[in-house]
Amino acid sequence: MQLFREIVVWVLLMAGAFFSLTAAVGVLRFPDFYTRLHPAGKNDTLGVLLFCSAMLIECFRYPEYGYLVAGRLVLMVLFMLMASPIACHAITQAAYVDGLRPWKKGDPRR
Amino acid sequence: MMLAQAESMLHTDIPTLVGGLALLFGIMLLLVRAIAGPTNYDRILAMNAIGTKTALFVALLGFITERPAFLDIALAYAILNFVGTIAILKFIRHRRLG
Repeated sequence: MQLFREIVVWVLLMAGAFFSLTAAVGVLRFPDFYTRLHPAGKNDTLGVLLFCSAMLIECFRYPEYGYLVAGRLVLMVLFMLMASPIACHAITQAAYVDGLRPWKKGDPRR
Repeated sequence: MMLAQAESMLHTDIPTLVGGLALLFGIMLLLVRAIAGPTNYDRILAMNAIGTKTALFVALLGFITERPAFLDIALAYAILNFVGTIAILKFIRHRRLG
């Protein structure tokens, strides 16, 4: 049971690290602002979800205050699931209203 | 005794440490985009992602050092990050706050 829990925590943490790293690499490497929104909006949210699931499993190692930690983690997941896409959408709308043109194939990288 | 304690802590929390290092590396990559981004919106996007990763890193640090009070700091950091992003966008669009 202990080993099974540790393996699940390993897998969830490594998946979260993978998605967070791909989000960072995508924001660094994509050619345009509108394409950079994809890794920042989606991979980041999934990374937060996976990291918080791993911590949610991990926190029941401590039976005396595990439930407080779990409640805060659930609050954090719920807030992040709302806040991250909303912030991305707000940035996109602000850029579009400001008149930033989307990148087309063949344009130079910006 | 402190060293043995730290060693056992490091031994049990290797996945947490690896996840924290991945978050730090991602923050470094995003910082390059935040400095070099051609438009202001690239910088705002990168700073928003950095804030998300920092909140996660603070929560992981609470697990590494076994202090659950760090989760409150992480939650407050996430909320302040969201509010700050929205405030910057509103200021850019309307040139005033309120």
